Amino acid sequence: MSIGLVGAAYVAAAILFILSLGGLSGQESAKRAVWYGIAGMALAVLATVFGPDVDRLWVVILMVAIGSVAGALVAKRVQMTEMPQLVAALHSFVGLAAVLIGFNGHIELGRVAALAPEAREGLTGFAAVLAHKAGAEVNIFLVELFLGVFIGAVTFTGSVVAFGKLAGRITGKAEKLPGGHMLNAGAAGLSLLFLLLYLSNGWFLWLLLMTLCALFIGYHLVMGIGGADMPVVVSMLNSYSGWAAAAIGFTLSNDLLIVTGALVGSSGAILSYIMCKAMNRSFVSVILGGFGGTTGPAMEITGEQVAIDADGVAALLDDAQSVVIIPGYGMAVAQAQQSVSELTKRLRAQGKTVRFAIHPVAGRLPGHMNVLLAEAKVPYDIVMEMDEINDDFPSTDVAIVIGSNDIVNPAAQEDPNSPIAGMPVLEVWKARHVIVSKRGQGTGYSGIENPLFFKENTRMFYGDAKKSLDELLPKLLA
Amino acid sequence: MRIGALRETAGGEARVAMTPASAGDIRKLGHVCLIEAGAGEASGFSDEMYRAAGVEVVTDAAALAQASDVVVKVRPPEPDEVALLREGQTLVSFFYPSSSPELLEAARATGATVIAMDMVPRISRAQKMDALSSMANIAGYRAVIEAGANFGRFFTGQVTAAGKVPPAQVLVVGAGVAGLAAIGTAVSLGAVVHAFDVRPEVAEQIESMGASFVFLEFEATQDGAATGGYAAPSSPEFREKQLAKFRELAPQMDIVITTALIPGRPAPVLWTRDMVVAMKPGSVIVDLAAERGGNCELTVPDEKFVTPNGVTIVGYTDFPSRMAAQASTLYSTNIRHMLTDLTPAKDGLIVHDMEDDVIRGATVVHGGAITWPPPPPKVKAIAAAVAKPKPKELTPAERREQEALAFKGETRRQVALLVAGTVLLGLVGIYAPASFMSHFIVFALACFVGFQVIWGVSHSLHTPLMAVTNAISGIVILGALLQVGSGSWLIVLLAALSILIATINIVGGFLVTRRMLAMFQRS
Repeated sequence: MSIGLVGAAYVAAAILFILSLGGLSGQESAKRAVWYGIAGMALAVLATVFGPDVDRLWVVILMVAIGSVAGALVAKRVQMTEMPQLVAALHSFVGLAAVLIGFNGHIELGRVAALAPEAREGLTGFAAVLAHKAGAEVNIFLVELFLGVFIGAVTFTGSVVAFGKLAGRITGKAEKLPGGHMLNAGAAGLSLLFLLLYLSNGWFLWLLLMTLCALFIGYHLVMGIGGADMPVVVSMLNSYSGWAAAAIGFTLSNDLLIVTGALVGSSGAILSYIMCKAMNRSFVSVILGGFGGTTGPAMEITGEQVAIDADGVAALLDDAQSVVIIPGYGMAVAQAQQSVSELTKRLRAQGKTVRFAIHPVAGRLPGHMNVLLAEAKVPYDIVMEMDEINDDFPSTDVAIVIGSNDIVNPAAQEDPNSPIAGMPVLEVWKARHVIVSKRGQGTGYSGIENPLFFKENTRMFYGDAKKSLDELLPKLLA
Repeated sequence: MRIGALRETAGGEARVAMTPASAGDIRKLGHVCLIEAGAGEASGFSDEMYRAAGVEVVTDAAALAQASDVVVKVRPPEPDEVALLREGQTLVSFFYPSSSPELLEAARATGATVIAMDMVPRISRAQKMDALSSMANIAGYRAVIEAGANFGRFFTGQVTAAGKVPPAQVLVVGAGVAGLAAIGTAVSLGAVVHAFDVRPEVAEQIESMGASFVFLEFEATQDGAATGGYAAPSSPEFREKQLAKFRELAPQMDIVITTALIPGRPAPVLWTRDMVVAMKPGSVIVDLAAERGGNCELTVPDEKFVTPNGVTIVGYTDFPSRMAAQASTLYSTNIRHMLTDLTPAKDGLIVHDMEDDVIRGATVVHGGAITWPPPPPKVKAIAAAVAKPKPKELTPAERREQEALAFKGETRRQVALLVAGTVLLGLVGIYAPASFMSHFIVFALACFVGFQVIWGVSHSLHTPLMAVTNAISGIVILGALLQVGSGSWLIVLLAALSILIATINIVGGFLVTRRMLAMFQRS
């Protein structure tokens, strides 16, 4: 395959990728869109493999074969509740690959520089590209390489830590080493210093030291961010993995890599932005971890939490005409989505209107709840976004809150001193009755009391969400 | 103690203060029940039924009063009934102390205690003995039924083979208990109901019953919470506005039900002669305030008549009595709850606790002294309405101006960003070599396309989006593919490793996306 043909294939692949992302605007077109992505990827890989610059085909085939099997196994086995972990793990792969490819770039550059000018003419592939670089171009190349490795390394450890947190292998709480963000800033400063040193003499040592710094930054940055901020972290890492790919594209002078990396990078950035907006917090404050301080004493909460048992919930539901269910991370933890789906089916069979209200940051991954509900066969046209359904709560008979807390906290609107003041929330308290399924009387991720639980029309349905719902199901009218 | 129920002597009064059922409950408190012969006849409760419930039937009022420690009845006592009372005895009935000071004085002179059921404070705890509310509820219901009986058309709109019938237009003035009951009844019969009240905080209750609130634009509307949930007299300006609104509505209304009362005052005149004249022939006005003079200027208490222009005005004052069985059941239950509060130990001993908010409020004569009016209750009836700041209405010109300003600001911001971006790019261009610049253009354009495309992604597909971008970012495999042909074994090794993990990423990412998307189903 000639270079021209490879270029054409790359253009086609880039367009397919764009169509693939664009197609995700709707559930039906998305099913087609994923095929665009697959076709684009196949085209890009095949064009590269059969292009003029690739040698040692057996290694490629072997590695692709092993990788495909492993990837297919992972994709098949993963539980839908484990999607956040999987996404984080896959991000770490991109990061690691970027680091390795960056190292290769450095080694190859050294090798090419050591060759005699005549020998350079005989080079093929990547080495040939390097051989033709001179002066400022080499410096630019080194900066690109350095950036690619830096972002890749941050992405790698960041994603590994995020994976550990999401999978529950390490504590989900925000933890920082003494020194906090000064350590991150210090490491970043050192990296900059190493860049200058690296540019001046090109020693591998500087690259390696910077990599260590970057690995530390990735680790420490994500360690410092807790539970409910994970959607932002995961989208941020998504974005980083894209920028890493783009940086690698610059080092390799490969436009397709640049385009794709930029697409992924901007996608992650927008997701992070949407998540932050949904929490009414700036990106920086999320990354710096923790909630902002309060500006005054919290409003006093009056009233008491009134418990209700399964019989009471069944009676309320039997009388209700319209029901809205608000799932949160608690539903994912309890693996209650099937029971929720069953409940929905029963209620709908009785002719009741049942809808779901999804807050943008519900769960640990953007769109987490939608996927879980889809898995449990809840039709997507009854799953609403916050803005679509918020106005309907006053005409709702029963709102069922399952494992969410901060996203339904009225303090965000009523108490200007609350740490989450101004955060857009689902106004469930406007429904005639609110049932809150919750394990105990604790507070949410933000650690603030939720006045919703003390409202007159709220009943607390204590217990594990799945167990409570399974207890409730047989009590409903057939 | 011995609890005795008198027969109502007022003409047309069919209610009774004790039913066989309530007597059974009162006996459980340890009391003995007595009733005057024939007291329940008009409500459909015969003396036999009382006897069967264990009630002693006494032949006349004097004997009953003699034998009872507590006398219960419905209407305020007649002077000769007051004369039957003695020291230490308790009378429980409606009393209206504000409109009958002589009766109050007469009662005081006997040394008996009088509990006025109409003075029960309006707090949550006392709702079960709020006889005014239970009677008003019946009156509201009955008002609609009376209106329907005198109205020549359907309430509900219908499209029949014989033509289209418009729904009746009903206006309810005053959304107290009676008003709300009337709204509910009229709505369930299928009428289109409008309702008005001077207390803006009841708008929500009106709308919850299915009527539309007749909104009156006025600055200082009153806060009903301060007056125990009852309406207070309104200012002349407000009244003018209100009447103007009614005048506007009058020609369209088929049925008008007025229920506006202000405690301790004659009923305000809200439906004037000219409004009646403006109404269509066949329309009906039911004036629930007739007993206090009526909200309608033309109302004749206790009578129904047709005006020259064909409007029927119903001025009955005995709506609850017209549904005597229902009214007696509810009223006797209110009485029974009052007795329950008076018998805290359930041992048949009456304890008159003047510290109790409810009992204190309802007691008008006690221990030879008039204890009316009571001090204000400690608990408010309804939470005070929170004043809502109204968003300022903008004139079209102002809005246009604001939009123009916003547009200008937007343009300025965009231009500034573009200029800054261009300068920055220019700086990069001065120092960077040409080969870098060509890649950089590609990069910038791709970012731009990415931002445009991703905004369109549906929120519910964010997880698939992440999975698919994950797969796509496996494109770094190209870098490794380009390097794997190198002469250095170290490079080959690292590149092979990169190919491996990037492949996992690509295959895993795409497959899991497909799996997820396949799960999204329409109902």
